[in-house]
Amino acid sequence: MQQQFSEIADLIQSSLRGEEGFLANFSGESSQFVRFNRSAVRQAGAVEQRYLSLELFIGKRHASQSITLTGADDRDAVIAAVVALREVLTDTPEDPHFLINETPSSSVRVLPNQLPGDDEAVSAILETGKGRDLVGLYASGPIHRGFANSFGQRNWDTAHAFAADLSFYLQSDKAVKVDHAGTAWDAGAFTAKMDGAKMRLKALARAPKTISPGSYRVFLAPAALEELFGLLSWGGFSLASEKTATTPFIRMIAEGAKLDPRVTLVENAAEGLAPGFQEEGFVKPARVPLITAGAYTSALASPRSAAEFGVPQNGADGSESPVALDMAAGALADADVLKTLGTGVYVGNLWYTNYSDRNACRLTGMTRFATFWVENGEIVAPLNVMRFDDTLYNILGTNLVDLTAHRDLRLSTSTYESRSTQSMRLPGAVVANLAMTL
Amino acid sequence: MTAIADIAARFAAVAPACDAWSIRVMRSRSESLSVTRGIVDPVSLGDDLGAMVTVQAKGGVGYAATSDISSAGLKAAGRAAHAWAECVAGRMVASVDRKTTAPVKFDHEDRPRQSWDSLSRSAKIERLKSTADALKRGDKIVDWAAYVAYADEDVVLATSDGDFIRQRRGLVIPGLSASASDGAETQTRTLARGGVMRQGGWDVLEDVGFWQAPERIAEEALELLAAPDCPAGTMDLLLMPDQMYIQIHESIGHPLELDRILGDERNYAGTSFVTPDMFGAYRYGSELLNVTFDPGVAGETASYAFDDDGTPAAKQFLIRAGMLERGLGGATSQARINIPGVANSRACNWNRPAIDRMANLNIEAGSSSLEDLITQVNEGIVMETNTSWSIDDSRNKFQFGCERARLIKNGKVGQVVKNPNYRGISATFWRNLKGLGNAATVSVHGTPTCGKGEPNQAIRVGHATPPGLFADVQVFGGG
Repeated sequence: MQQQFSEIADLIQSSLRGEEGFLANFSGESSQFVRFNRSAVRQAGAVEQRYLSLELFIGKRHASQSITLTGADDRDAVIAAVVALREVLTDTPEDPHFLINETPSSSVRVLPNQLPGDDEAVSAILETGKGRDLVGLYASGPIHRGFANSFGQRNWDTAHAFAADLSFYLQSDKAVKVDHAGTAWDAGAFTAKMDGAKMRLKALARAPKTISPGSYRVFLAPAALEELFGLLSWGGFSLASEKTATTPFIRMIAEGAKLDPRVTLVENAAEGLAPGFQEEGFVKPARVPLITAGAYTSALASPRSAAEFGVPQNGADGSESPVALDMAAGALADADVLKTLGTGVYVGNLWYTNYSDRNACRLTGMTRFATFWVENGEIVAPLNVMRFDDTLYNILGTNLVDLTAHRDLRLSTSTYESRSTQSMRLPGAVVANLAMTL
Repeated sequence: MTAIADIAARFAAVAPACDAWSIRVMRSRSESLSVTRGIVDPVSLGDDLGAMVTVQAKGGVGYAATSDISSAGLKAAGRAAHAWAECVAGRMVASVDRKTTAPVKFDHEDRPRQSWDSLSRSAKIERLKSTADALKRGDKIVDWAAYVAYADEDVVLATSDGDFIRQRRGLVIPGLSASASDGAETQTRTLARGGVMRQGGWDVLEDVGFWQAPERIAEEALELLAAPDCPAGTMDLLLMPDQMYIQIHESIGHPLELDRILGDERNYAGTSFVTPDMFGAYRYGSELLNVTFDPGVAGETASYAFDDDGTPAAKQFLIRAGMLERGLGGATSQARINIPGVANSRACNWNRPAIDRMANLNIEAGSSSLEDLITQVNEGIVMETNTSWSIDDSRNKFQFGCERARLIKNGKVGQVVKNPNYRGISATFWRNLKGLGNAATVSVHGTPTCGKGEPNQAIRVGHATPPGLFADVQVFGGG
């Protein structure tokens, strides 16, 4: 695919006229998807997709077109796109916020292919599900991203990754979620993870407990925090949201509100799986501080927002969402989590979070999967699902007891339109009081 | 023959030897225009073309989607689908029976009243710019935008049994938003938060009141900035259609999806509090509640003649006079669970397989005027325009937030309040439905990003509904 993209970039370059320039982004994947239900295959198949996004510009006038590379007459299609965009530019006004990288910074990163055979992975999953109720998705294959521009910059990134995103169900909504994701299949690690999930499943067999609305001491596992930060990533770390006062962190910016000093968040592109370049050709810096010792520090600035608001860009994509969010670890050992929780709720996962009051950064959502009632440091019973509704300033501020020393690397399992390369590295958190409402 | 019909024919010539095959070819040509904070954003065009091949062999089913629609690419896809079919044969949760009905021949293109291309691009941008500028009503409006996206979707389904179904339609997704801010407080108003999408052409913008809306939206954002917070209490709640539609979506549509009830979605989108024994016997709502799957509503987002499995689509009652009758499941799910369903097997694009989806899921009109609904409220609140939605994985415990609300006292609408929220439980909420607007109050809405499936799919669905009045709802504000 790299060769195909390189030839297309050369073709676009040779099609330019006068002062025209271009940006080209390539997105492709060869994916295998196997969906499971009740420890059997529900759907299985392959997806081969190659998208080219071409942006043509003359000075500050620009427009873009996305096309699928179809294998049939691609050269004609690319030239047709150039011609179509040339026509669009004739009635396009200048864009004062157009900012692109004009200093070539080429790169190639091709991670080795250590993926398992599809049948090997499928058989392992079906085998571990025998006699159980296993449901979920196995996704595998290479993911390619490319960038080229008329200044001669060429970037290419290939990652070979897999993700087994699975749940063992006991009954109704009582289940343990477990994932096994990475770039090389480790059969021993897979078995250990699955065995661990099956052990946790035993605790779900006890009679579930229903709690009344009120405040509860909780432990939020890394997967639960991932859900919170997934919501906050939509606008929370965005320069445009900051400058237009639509950010959920508005009270930090306008009034100096703070989280607990132990809360530090950075965009850690250097250690993520995502490509190190963005759509306008800028290279992502290794780290961008977002929240430091509880205080709002800086936002992710895309080139477009940077131009509009007069600040330096910092390699953010157009969405200004983190691709490798990294939260600093705390001091709490995993072995001490239940003891520190004492009596309360061990929240394995949260689900469907949204805002009750965006200005107050007040969030609501549901508990899901392996969530337990704990008494005196011992798991007593699975918990029937509960809704929480509380502010981030309480959860990771006033009411934060401790963060775990161990952090989970959470590789995104999102497959909307294409397989995600986003990740988060997060600890767990013990919180003194969380408002449960329904 | 059209270009995408040629692709289907090209595959037929290289299809693998197997029990049965199908190919779904989809082309979506799109254009997005927007103006943000006074600046015309760059025009964005799209031409997305690809094919999904499905093969049945030795009792297994496999699929392969490809953007390579050359003969070699399609042949490779056929082989890949065949390989998956053989690999999973005997290991599938359900086998699929081969269709036995006569081959279907269908070829249809929708014709909007005013085509998208009836105006030049520059004329469209100019009109959009002036509409966007009208949102900037004072210094406290700190963020404002107008956008419209258009997609010309052309889909062909062909099978080894001789079916050929082609459906082509235009889809328009407009949006307006204005945010007013002062200090650490920001309030946003929108045109139904993107929930006014319709099938059609440029005419859609007139139909949904796009050109008349910006001044009202901006003024209401400013009004909210100065408004008190929504009070807390248990009271009557009147939901306007631009909130009703998401209430239907989350607490009726998703729970009735047969693939959720079958467990397919439990690892991601979730399960359902509805169980198979409830169909035909369960009171879902009050006697006022009539819910239909209706693929024939002109302009509604998911109107179509056949679903993506080739099943002919027709209007069906899911809930009649409050009683649950039928589920939201296509032919495969119906066969697996033995519960009546509808033609709702759909895929979001060529690169995803069809699964059970909402399509047009509507609430039939009641008999009350809007004034009648308001008059019967002594202490209550009317909420409009969804801004927040959250529900458990069984689709039971929900919480919604709206952009704007007004208090109702003694049958009269009064004070505007900000940050209105309410929460409840699906299994009891709809039984407290005590009033529904008449046909004149029905509004057609929809959402462009209903998420579900593994691999994930975001699909467009439609919801037409009148306003609904509910008794004894927990209402609260922000802070």
